[in-house]
Amino acid sequence: MLKAADLGAIRAIITRAKRWDLFFAVLGLLSLMVGVLTFTVLFLDMAIQGVPRLSLDFFTNFPSRRAENAGILSAWVGTILVMLVTALAAVPLGVAAGVYLEEYAPKNWITDIIEINISNLAGIPSIVYGLLALGLFVYYFGFGQSILSAGLTLALLILPVIIVATRESIRAIPQSIHEGSYACGATTWQTVSDHILPYSSAGILTGVIIGMARAIGETAPIITIGALTFIAFLPPMPFAGDPAAGMFEWIFAPFTVMPIQMFNWTSRPEAAFTVNAAAAGFVLVFMTLAMNGLAIYLRYHLRKNIKW
Amino acid sequence: MKSLKIAAAIAGIFVSGAAFSQSLVKIDGSSTVFPITEAVAEEFQKMKKNAVKVTVGISGTGGGFKKFCRGETDISDASRPILKKEMEDCAKAGIKYVELPVAFDALTVVINPKNTWIKQLTVAELKTMWEPGAQAKVTKWNQVNPAWPDAPLKLFGPGADSGTFDYFTEAVNHKAKSSRGDFTASEDDNVLVQGVSRDTNALGYFGFAYYDENKGKLKAVPIVNPKGKAVTPSIEAVMAGEYEPLARPIFIYVSAKSMERAEIREFVEFYLKQGGKLAKEVKYVPLADADYKHALDNFSKKKTGTAFGGEAEVGVKVADLLKRNPKE
Repeated sequence: MLKAADLGAIRAIITRAKRWDLFFAVLGLLSLMVGVLTFTVLFLDMAIQGVPRLSLDFFTNFPSRRAENAGILSAWVGTILVMLVTALAAVPLGVAAGVYLEEYAPKNWITDIIEINISNLAGIPSIVYGLLALGLFVYYFGFGQSILSAGLTLALLILPVIIVATRESIRAIPQSIHEGSYACGATTWQTVSDHILPYSSAGILTGVIIGMARAIGETAPIITIGALTFIAFLPPMPFAGDPAAGMFEWIFAPFTVMPIQMFNWTSRPEAAFTVNAAAAGFVLVFMTLAMNGLAIYLRYHLRKNIKW
Repeated sequence: MKSLKIAAAIAGIFVSGAAFSQSLVKIDGSSTVFPITEAVAEEFQKMKKNAVKVTVGISGTGGGFKKFCRGETDISDASRPILKKEMEDCAKAGIKYVELPVAFDALTVVINPKNTWIKQLTVAELKTMWEPGAQAKVTKWNQVNPAWPDAPLKLFGPGADSGTFDYFTEAVNHKAKSSRGDFTASEDDNVLVQGVSRDTNALGYFGFAYYDENKGKLKAVPIVNPKGKAVTPSIEAVMAGEYEPLARPIFIYVSAKSMERAEIREFVEFYLKQGGKLAKEVKYVPLADADYKHALDNFSKKKTGTAFGGEAEVGVKVADLLKRNPKE
């Protein structure tokens, strides 16, 4: 039988605990708001400045000295092509490395060192990748200041993200699936291709797109390898033009990307260029959001098909 | 068989890659020269109906010369003459070049419109404010001139990587890159514009174009020239040679090897013929017509080398520069 005094003490404890609970909930909400509000304010400010500038011309015009004629054609085409090369290089390499580390690699100190290095790679400033790429891709391999060099540089940059995402999503698959597959006599490759990859593809895809969303906004490494600021032509279309361009000629073309175009416009004296920069920024954020949206959509659809 | 096909495909990529770089005029270098070169490139491509492609980068004057002296670019934009070290690099790689002045940039000293005490400034007063010895010592306006108020002196200027900084320190403190360090520095001139426009006690300097676009927010200070006349920066004053010593010529350097290609010759000729008009449009100061003609003449005679000998120089007339016999 509880005495009234004890009951009071217990109530006091509960009240205090609940107060802490409330305090932490508010603190958490405020912390969340710092991030959300900062983004919202920045985004709205950019949208208010930039959206009225958006028109078809803005997407189909090349850069110009006249702010009202200037457009982002070479920038958005450049960004999409660079991202294409990045994805083609980084996804197979990253996924293969992740699968190897999870399924094939013997658990020994060499594997440990590789794992530590991959985590470290994720923390290296992007400019360092730019310097590496300048020496390796631009000069040593002789790719020049091209879409290929830029795409490969960004691929290196996001490789750790993809490897880590691949490993995480493989680990999320129940051990029983592995064991069941091996118990039926499947080889490691059969297990990987029939079970591991299909089941982890949603998680891998998320990792790929997070990586790509990081790469799309990168400026420093791209400037380091020598992207251009004024470029008023597009990379050659395969098999088009006279004489006809080769299938892969575009990967050696000079280029510019969205963040560089923005950076150049913000440093111009005329206020009208700042509006252009805001509009380009809006398009860039929209591209990133669209990529994230695609990731969420694909993840949802791929998860639906998994039947364990 | 399969691997053979792949090898052939890869070889194909490289061959076509090599073919691509030919119809291109590659330019890189100073961000100060960029607006003019961009305007010229835009008009040139329009005139040639895109048959010739022009690319312009902004690696800075120093970064541009690095690429230029490795033979990667055809033309280098420069907001200062080539330096000794860069001349050696170019000589080592066997790169010869023609130095061509294309316009003036007028460094503009600006103050807040609410500043009532400054009517003009002498170079000596600027030196008192900006010399390295002033660091942490000259912090109030009345330390420069007792007639001025006892108010904090807030200085704004470009960062040490900028050619503007090099020229201003050379002209004011008589030694390039020698400046006090305790001022608000930014490579982005718009940041300097914001800084000076928000603080009554501020003083800053940057290129004329940034002042011209922000006339409502800033006041340009007339600078007393060596003849004792206070001159407000303007396109006319610079062209008349009165805005001294803060007007500087800016250059393009054309590789002699690239000059063998017709499209490069055509582009440079177009630059020297249309550059004056286009420079004015992007708020730079054109050279005198005679100077453009003289530069064109030097170009067609392929007079390689620099008229400066690897040193910065203040207050030199472009007409005299063009008459000098360039050295390599």
